[in-house]
Amino acid sequence: MEWDLPLIWAAVIGFAVVMYVILDGFDLGIGILFPFAREERERDQMMNTVAPFWDGNETWLVLGGGGLWVAFPQAYAIIMPAFYLPVILMLLGLIFRGVAFEFRWVAVTSRGWWNLAFAAGSTLAAFCQGVILGGLIEGIRVENGAFAGGSFDWLTPFAVACGLGVIAGYALLGATWLVMKTEGSVAARGRAQAKWLILAVLGFMAIVSLWTPLASERIAQRWFSTPNILFLWPVPLVTALTAFLAWRWLEAGRDIPPFLAAIALFLLGYAGLVISVFPYLVPPSLTIWDTAAAPESQAFVLIGTIPLVPLIIGYIVFVYWLFRGKLREGEGYH
Amino acid sequence: MDLDPVLLARLQFAFTVSFHIIFPGFTIGLSAYIATVLVLWRLTGRAHYNRLARFWTKIFAVSFAMGVVSGIVLSYQFGTNWSRFSVVTGNVIGPAIAYEVLTAFFLEATFLGVLLFGWNRVPPWLHVTAAVAVAVGTLISAFWILSANSWMHTPAGHEMRDGIAYPVDWFAIIFNPSFPYRLAHMANAAYLTTSFVVLAVGARYLLAGRHHAEARTMLRMGVGFAAIAAPLQLVIGDLHGLNTLAHQPIKVAAMEAHWDGSKPADFHIFAWPDEEAGTNRFAISVPRGASLVLTHDPNGLFPGLASVPPQERPPVKTVFFAFRIMLAIGFAMIAASLYGVWLWWRGRLFETRWFLRLAARGWWTGFVAIIAGWVVTESGRQPWVAHGILRTADAISPVAAASVATTLALFVVGYGIVFAMGIYYINRLIHRGPTGEAVEAPQRGTPTRPVSAAHDSGREAIERG
Ligand code: HDD
Ligand code: HEM
Ligand code: HEM
Repeated sequence: MEWDLPLIWAAVIGFAVVMYVILDGFDLGIGILFPFAREERERDQMMNTVAPFWDGNETWLVLGGGGLWVAFPQAYAIIMPAFYLPVILMLLGLIFRGVAFEFRWVAVTSRGWWNLAFAAGSTLAAFCQGVILGGLIEGIRVENGAFAGGSFDWLTPFAVACGLGVIAGYALLGATWLVMKTEGSVAARGRAQAKWLILAVLGFMAIVSLWTPLASERIAQRWFSTPNILFLWPVPLVTALTAFLAWRWLEAGRDIPPFLAAIALFLLGYAGLVISVFPYLVPPSLTIWDTAAAPESQAFVLIGTIPLVPLIIGYIVFVYWLFRGKLREGEGYH
Repeated sequence: MDLDPVLLARLQFAFTVSFHIIFPGFTIGLSAYIATVLVLWRLTGRAHYNRLARFWTKIFAVSFAMGVVSGIVLSYQFGTNWSRFSVVTGNVIGPAIAYEVLTAFFLEATFLGVLLFGWNRVPPWLHVTAAVAVAVGTLISAFWILSANSWMHTPAGHEMRDGIAYPVDWFAIIFNPSFPYRLAHMANAAYLTTSFVVLAVGARYLLAGRHHAEARTMLRMGVGFAAIAAPLQLVIGDLHGLNTLAHQPIKVAAMEAHWDGSKPADFHIFAWPDEEAGTNRFAISVPRGASLVLTHDPNGLFPGLASVPPQERPPVKTVFFAFRIMLAIGFAMIAASLYGVWLWWRGRLFETRWFLRLAARGWWTGFVAIIAGWVVTESGRQPWVAHGILRTADAISPVAAASVATTLALFVVGYGIVFAMGIYYINRLIHRGPTGEAVEAPQRGTPTRPVSAAHDSGREAIERG
């Protein structure tokens, strides 16, 4: 039997993206919520909860981006130029928030600036990721196998809505993370913010879910034709249920379940997206098979990737287990 | 004003990659140095080796972190700025770059954490093993990326179908003709660069009368290693040049500013290549020197720049002067290290203050030579991005020049800030010297990646400095 290498690679990259969105999502969320903290010691505490993790979380971005290049060079070569400015702004945002982790502690007089760099860098990176996502759903203008649009094609109301949606989503992950990992005023504020953010996320999910089938015949077809609808109708229902449970758990003063529910919301949104878009990698024209690298190349790299991914996951589990439990005020991991 | 998107994309790539290579150039060598002193510590049991290893590990952590951050940007730029390049060569060199990234992950997920945070927490033999593994790992990283880069200079093992390269023979692709030379030259460059940094720090402490035991060890190791590596670099470089002559003769002609291939070539110690007139001005030359070096015959002939039309030539001045900067530093390094060994042999290495002063100021030489060497190689490949396969002008993305110019400016400002802070950290750490603890272990567990260690080193540098 022939292995369907493009499909395997799509799964690997899809997995890297999910891991990235969830893991880096909560620590970017901390940055997005940063300006709402009242005191410097609260900010210290917020940052401390993610200090041991954020760097490893970003690893998945490299795996996703690098994987896309090796496995689907044609798609990489269309998507990256199409989102030139958002991609580079995202990278710069990530650099600035990354160094803010280090420099904020040592800065004495310029602390405010590094607070700003942390918050602005995180928010910018989240926004850019949402914009790229939105732009991808809307589709890219391709002629002769190359991007054929302008510098600001990605700047549409829909993409901006997606950008804001991702900011809200990451903030929700961040807020529920704080509920889980902290005590006192930081946790209480996280709890209050999380409720608002659930509403915001549901709102944005509704916008995206209604907008896409209306705008795209293909996506409408995918969801509403029989027999698909028979399998797919539970997706929105489960989403609503998850949001409702998250809300209840927040009200009930539970610490860990809200974070898990927030992750579940992300997974559901992601599933919806995959259902809408698959098997296109560059909607609306190119599928994963159209853009795949030579099978020899895909196979050659897969040999190294397959054993490594479980190893990385194992390590991540180990690290999160080491740092389990709540972080009290004034306590740091350093 | 019309902005040229190709030029801007080249400038942007040259800026970000030159920034990046500073850090690998140092971390490859430093990890090997740390592994060496740790092995020495295990063998001799002398405590100052251990203090040295702890000291340099902190500096290693900061440099490694900056290497990671700047490397991530590079891998995305292949898509954002060089999308045609990605399509045409992705099948062939994509895997090599993917293996670099995988190597990096593997390292960071395993041995790096043990090296940075394992002091007093894992048995010493494991810690030493981790240090050796990190040193080997950075070399493996370099192996893959240089293989990809060498393929762009001397492509092999592929076939072209519809303008796209497809792999035919992986072994021939990975071990393409210029790769062994480039790997040897770059690895040795990293070791040489690091020895001069170690030497400089040792000299600085001796001059200030601090950390005597550590300073003497650093001085001896720096001088001793450089005295082997610097002459070796000349030999490897010479072989590398001969290999280039066989595969990219016009690059060599540009390095020597050799125009007329029907006559033997002089070696120009200085000249001002005039690209319009196709001659050199103000030349101070060793008659037939270049012919002697490159063909081992004073009357030997090799192709000149005039044998191809101007648009097929690389930017002669850039290649010519960058090559001379590298050579000048190379010969200065040979002289300095041999003289240092002579002083050592006479027992005067620690007393000759002018030599110490010179050494203390010379920490940057290797970095400049590395960047100059890369400019020779990369600019010398022009107008091709993948020699004979794809021209640089055809390799860029369909992106507006204004976008590239904007992001270039943002990179310059952003990197400027980050770089200044990084240098400040490292300088503070050196100022504090090999005292105190290692990278401080977190209270519980192990952070996921090296940046967290840089964080602790940096904080320590400032707080106690
Ligand atoms: C695997 C690929 C690769 C690797 C390892 C390197 N380069 Fe490169 N370099 C390129 C791939 C490339 C490129 C994408 O192919 C560029 C862009 C335009 C071009 O001709 O080559 C380039 C251009 C380029 C230029 C501009 C040359 C010109 O256009 O005149 C400079 C100065 C450098 N590089 C410097 C470096 C340095 C300091 C490196 C050390 C890390 C380096 N390169 C490694
Ligand atoms: C232009 C081509 C290059 C690209 C695209 C590139 C890409 C990268 C990336 C993505 C990283 C970070 C990996 C991580 O996430 O940890 C990195 C780090 C590094 N690179 Fe490069 N790099 C390039 C050139 C080079 C060269 C020429 C060398 C050495 C000769 C080199 C050696 C290293 C080393 C030693 C590190 C740090 C250790 C590691 O993470 O493996 N790189 N590079
Ligand atoms: C002193 C004698 C030296 C000679 C004869 C020499 C020769 C060369 C040559 C011919 C090249 C071009 C390779 C090509 O054709 O693509 C080169 C590249 C390079 N050189 Fe040197 N070199 C010398 C010293 C140094 C020193 C001291 C350093 C750094 C510490 C250095 C670092 C590099 C680097 C990083 C490159 C680019 C990578 C490569 O292509 O290998 N070189 N050298």
